[in-house]
Amino acid sequence: MKANCWMGKRDVRVETVPDPKILNPRDAIVKITSTAICGSDLHLYNGYIPSMESGDILGHEFMGEVVEVGSGVKNLQKGDRVVVPFAIACGDCFMCKRQLYSVCENSNPNAWMQERLWGHGGAGLFGYSHMCGGYAGGQAEYARVPFADVGPIKVPESLTDDQVLFLSDIFPTGYMGADLCNIQPGDTIAVWGCGPVGQLAIASARMLGAERVIAIDRFPYRLNMAKEKAGADTVLNYEHEDVRDALKEMTGGRGPDACIDAVGMEAHAPGAAFLYDRAKQAAMLETDRPIALRQAILACRNGGTVSVIGVYGGFIDKFPMGSVMNRSLTIKAGQTHMQKYMRPLLERIERGDIDPSFIITHRLPLEQAPQGFETFLHKQQDCMKVVLKPAA
Amino acid sequence: MASEQNGGISRLVAGLGWFSVGLGLTEMIAPGTLARIIGLPDRGKNRAWTRFYGAREVAAGIGILSQSKPAPWLWARVAGDALDLASLGKTLANDESNRWKAGLATAAVAGVTALDILAAKALNEAAENDGAVVEDVRVVRTIIIDRPPEEVYSYWRNFENLPRFMKHLESVRSIGEHQSHWVIRAPGGKRIEWNAELEHDETNRRIVWRSLPGSDIDHAGWVQFERAPGDRGTLVKVEVNYTPPGGVIGSTLAKLFGQTPGLLIQENLRTLKQLLETGEIAKSDASIHEGMHPAQPEPESVVL
Repeated sequence: MKANCWMGKRDVRVETVPDPKILNPRDAIVKITSTAICGSDLHLYNGYIPSMESGDILGHEFMGEVVEVGSGVKNLQKGDRVVVPFAIACGDCFMCKRQLYSVCENSNPNAWMQERLWGHGGAGLFGYSHMCGGYAGGQAEYARVPFADVGPIKVPESLTDDQVLFLSDIFPTGYMGADLCNIQPGDTIAVWGCGPVGQLAIASARMLGAERVIAIDRFPYRLNMAKEKAGADTVLNYEHEDVRDALKEMTGGRGPDACIDAVGMEAHAPGAAFLYDRAKQAAMLETDRPIALRQAILACRNGGTVSVIGVYGGFIDKFPMGSVMNRSLTIKAGQTHMQKYMRPLLERIERGDIDPSFIITHRLPLEQAPQGFETFLHKQQDCMKVVLKPAA
Repeated sequence: MASEQNGGISRLVAGLGWFSVGLGLTEMIAPGTLARIIGLPDRGKNRAWTRFYGAREVAAGIGILSQSKPAPWLWARVAGDALDLASLGKTLANDESNRWKAGLATAAVAGVTALDILAAKALNEAAENDGAVVEDVRVVRTIIIDRPPEEVYSYWRNFENLPRFMKHLESVRSIGEHQSHWVIRAPGGKRIEWNAELEHDETNRRIVWRSLPGSDIDHAGWVQFERAPGDRGTLVKVEVNYTPPGGVIGSTLAKLFGQTPGLLIQENLRTLKQLLETGEIAKSDASIHEGMHPAQPEPESVVL
C-alpha cells in the first residue's frame, strides 16, 4: 500500500510499504477513505518529538471502511464505516474505566520510554513516535486498529466524510479544551491559537454556553475564520496589540474566567520572550516554548482555569508558578479522552449543532502529502486544514 | 541495583555542578563586574547576554546536582562551554575588548571544558559498565492488575503460563512436586537453563523459589499478591536476587537483559497486566521487533 512516511526532519515521503495485518484478536483493519494532517504532525515534521524512526508511517486522524476484524471484535463487521480515534485505549484498565482513555495503562507497548521522560506512561497513539507506541499511522491506504472493539465509532451514511472525519481528534480535542473550563453562564473564555483545534475549541465554548469568546492568533485569515465561522466575539492579533492589556481592558481588569492554550510547544511571539525560548530550545535547555501558556496563566482571572490542549513534550522554563499558586488558578490538561467524547459529539453533528468541516481549506490525494505538509507548515494559501484522500 | 559511582568522578561532577550554579548566579547578579574581569566592554547588550548565559549555567548546575544521572546535563555544560568559547573568541577579535583578560578567560573556560568532557565521558563509561559489576543484584518491581488476587495468583502458579509474559523464557516444565526446569532462549541457539525449587507456596498470597545447585544462574526470588487498597485489584510485587554469572552465560545474559534487569522485570509485569486485563499483549508495528524498527507493517508474517 501507499503510506506517508517520516524520513527525517522536514522530510516526509509517500512510499510503498507492506499492507497491515491482524496481529491480535481485538484488531481490525480499516481501508482509509479520508485522513488529515494535524497541527501536532508539524511538531514531528519539525523534529521536536523524540523517538521517531526513519520510515515511520504518520497520521492519526483517519476514517474508513472496516475490511477485516479479529476474532475478539464483536461490535464491528466488514463494511462498517468508522471514524478511528487517535489515542488507543483498552477499555479494561483502571484509567479507561474512569474514562481517562488517553492515559490507558495497556495500549502503549513502549510506555517505559515515556516513564523515563514523564514519570509515567500514557496511551499508545497512531503515527506519533515510538515512545507513543510505535504504531503505524493513518496517512495511508490501510491501517491496523488495535482494541477496535473500544475505539472506532460507526458513522451513518447520511453524514459525509468531511462532516465526521474530525471526530478522530481535533473536534473532541477542541471540545475537551472547552469542557475542562467548566464554563458557567456569563463566562468569558480566551483561546490562544486559531488553528483547527483552536477553531473547534472556540465553537465548543460557544456550544457549552460561554457568554463571550476571545480568539488570539497572528494570522488574519485564522482570526477571520474564528470570528465568522467558529463564533468568536472578539479577535486579538498578538503581533499588533498587547494581549494581556487587551484582555484586561475587555474584562474590567479581572481577566478571562478560563483560558485555553491551543498552541503548545512551538509558540511564537514578537520580541524577547520568543528569542529567549527559541535559544533555550536550540541549546536543548528546554524542549518546549511555553510562550502562550505563560501568557494564558498571567492573563487568567483569580480562581480561573487554564486548559492546556496544545501539545507539550518535555520541560519548560520560567513557569509562573507564583501566579498559579497565589491566585488560586486551576490547570487542567491532557491528550483527549477520545472514547468519552466521540459519541456525544457525533450526536451533535447529527443534530446539526455544528458542522466541523468549515475548517477544511485543502483536499489533496494522499500522494501529495509532502506538499500538504509544506503548505500547512508555511500557512500558504491561507491553509487551515489539509484532508488527504487515499483513493483519489 | 547497586551502581555506586567512582568517588573521584562523583566529587568532580558535584564540583562542576556547584561551579555552574556559582558562575551562573554571578553572571545573573553582577554581569558588569564579570564583564570587566573577562575583558568585555560593560555595555547593556553584553549584560543581557551575560545574564542569559548565567541562566543557562544555573540550569545546567541544578541539573547536574539534582539528577541521579547527571551525564546529559554535563554534556549540556560542554555545549554551553562551546558557546562561551565562541563568544570569547568574538571578544578576542574585538578591538574594544581587553585581549589579555579575554585570553585568560578563554584559557580558563577551555580548562573547565576539558574537565566537563572528562567527567561526562567518565559517567558514560560508568553507565556502560553498570551491568558488569560483579556483585549480587537485587531487583524489586511492582504493578497493580485490575483482577482479584486469586485470579492473578493462579495464573502465575500455573508455571506453564510464565513464558507467555516473561520475555526470552522458552519453557518451564514441572519435574516433580516442588521442582521445575526453566529454559531461556538466546539468539544464536544458546540456552540458559536451571532447576528451581518452590520453597514456599501460600495460596493466593505468595510464591518463593530458589535455583538449585548446578544452575546456569544462581538466584532466588519471590512474588506476592496483595489485594490493592480501594479494591482496585491486585498489587503484584516481585523480588529477584541473583549473582551475575561470568563467562559465556554472563555475556549472553547481558545481551538479553541489557544493563537494566529491572526494566525487563517491569516489562514482564506489564505484559502480565495486559494479558489479564485485556486478554492480549499490546503490539505495535514497531514493538513486535527486537530493537528499533520503523512503525510500518512487516512484509511477511512475524513469528512472535
